[in-house]
Amino acid sequence: MSLRLFWIGWLFHLKNLTNSMFFVLVSVLQPVIFASIAFFMFESGNRTGTLLYAALGAGLMGIWSATLFGSGGAIQWQRWQGTLEILVGAPPPFLATLLPLTIATATIGIYSVVGTLAWGRLFFGTPLDFAHPLQVAIAIPATVLSLGALGLLLASTFILYRNANAFANLLEYPVWLATGLLVPLTFLPSWVGPIAWVLSPTWGMTAIREAALGGSAWVEIGMCIGLGIVYLALGSVALRNFERLARSRATLSLT
Amino acid sequence: MTAALRVFVVGGAISYRALFNWITPGMYVTTMLGSPLFQILFFVYLGRYAGTQDDDFFVVGNAIQIAAMSGIYGMTMGIANERQYGTLQPLLATPANRLAIFAGRALPFVANGLVVSAFGFAMSWLILDFRPAEGSVPSLVLAVTVTTGSCVALGMLIGSLGLRARDVFFGANLVYFLMLLVCGVKIANEDLPGWLGAIGRCLPLTHGIEAARELADGAALGDVAGLLWTEALIGLGYAAAAYVLFRVFEAEGRRRASLETY
Repeated sequence: MSLRLFWIGWLFHLKNLTNSMFFVLVSVLQPVIFASIAFFMFESGNRTGTLLYAALGAGLMGIWSATLFGSGGAIQWQRWQGTLEILVGAPPPFLATLLPLTIATATIGIYSVVGTLAWGRLFFGTPLDFAHPLQVAIAIPATVLSLGALGLLLASTFILYRNANAFANLLEYPVWLATGLLVPLTFLPSWVGPIAWVLSPTWGMTAIREAALGGSAWVEIGMCIGLGIVYLALGSVALRNFERLARSRATLSLT
Repeated sequence: MTAALRVFVVGGAISYRALFNWITPGMYVTTMLGSPLFQILFFVYLGRYAGTQDDDFFVVGNAIQIAAMSGIYGMTMGIANERQYGTLQPLLATPANRLAIFAGRALPFVANGLVVSAFGFAMSWLILDFRPAEGSVPSLVLAVTVTTGSCVALGMLIGSLGLRARDVFFGANLVYFLMLLVCGVKIANEDLPGWLGAIGRCLPLTHGIEAARELADGAALGDVAGLLWTEALIGLGYAAAAYVLFRVFEAEGRRRASLETY
């Protein structure tokens, strides 16, 4: 029952988000443009051998943007569409209907990875020789799932903030920077390190790069999954809190 | 003339204030100041890692480009939202001077762009040790004003398309992101393939940013006059095209009774 609900919900939201021009922009066009900027900058700076590094980084940037904008406003959107009361009132727990949505927002970020790799290969000659294809094949879904869980945490906490969309705008660049998606963490001030460690994109990016460029990604994949479980636990507590407050104050449909 | 001036000033001010019907102060600060600041930081650090240019290159490029956000998105909304919110018909039913209606909407966005850009430069001075050449600030203000005006003109053109197009914001987003790539904001124009550089030279920002970089480096205003004139002329070209489109779509909308249909 739960698995069926998850599958149907995930598929529905995946199709729904794919039909949105905004998410096409965020998950395909924007990463491809940022990948091109990085390719040109690395080329002119003579940083050879970094094209695959840039393509993967720009792809992960797209996953983060899709998760941030998709999940950050998830509850608000349901509220605007008038479907929030139906979802909360349905027999399954609200978590079971919201989680497929937040994981779907992270999943459409896979378009970014595919898009930036294909773009890099076609127009910049990026080599697509993955050192450990099996680890890449595991690292990408692990990253998506942990970002989906992070999305649940965002969805359940952003709802408490009236300007959640604006807050999402604010968080795009800082997380791109602090998680080392294009700039290695060693180039950033040391105080950024602890922030990076609690953000799953850091581990997801390292896992995918290790797997693609050589090295072992298993520890990072494990960190991704572990953080995903922590986000899920925190998100479910925050979501229960939101549901309880909304019911007791009768503010479920109020913006 | 007095009526046109009144429409220009009051109409522009009301249109700008109307945006704050849904843009709250919190949203303004995070979107117009917070996000651009992190954009500057992101590209300065990326530039350091790539080893392509010094910090000042990215500070000047991004601090001017962030003004384009106000120009392009704001101006697009300033025009296209009339149709979306159902106020286009009453607006066009008035005998008000169309040029005054149109141009009046631009002025607040130029001022807004200047504020955003000044914030970007100030924060770069504070955080990134950005120090423009002594005495270059007034010339930099001029360069930013001309460039922002030019971006607003491009926003006008996209906004005018919004009188006909179904989803104009997709176009505005696409243009905005493409400008990051081709207008010399992050990559020097000469480092781009010829055809991409040529596209960039036909768009606002490119010449203005180039002029501002030279000014910040110590060049005299006279040395970059050619670049600033080119930027201004590009802006005028887009503004003229936008006005023509606005009038064409107005006439077409009246003829087909389709002003607010999608």
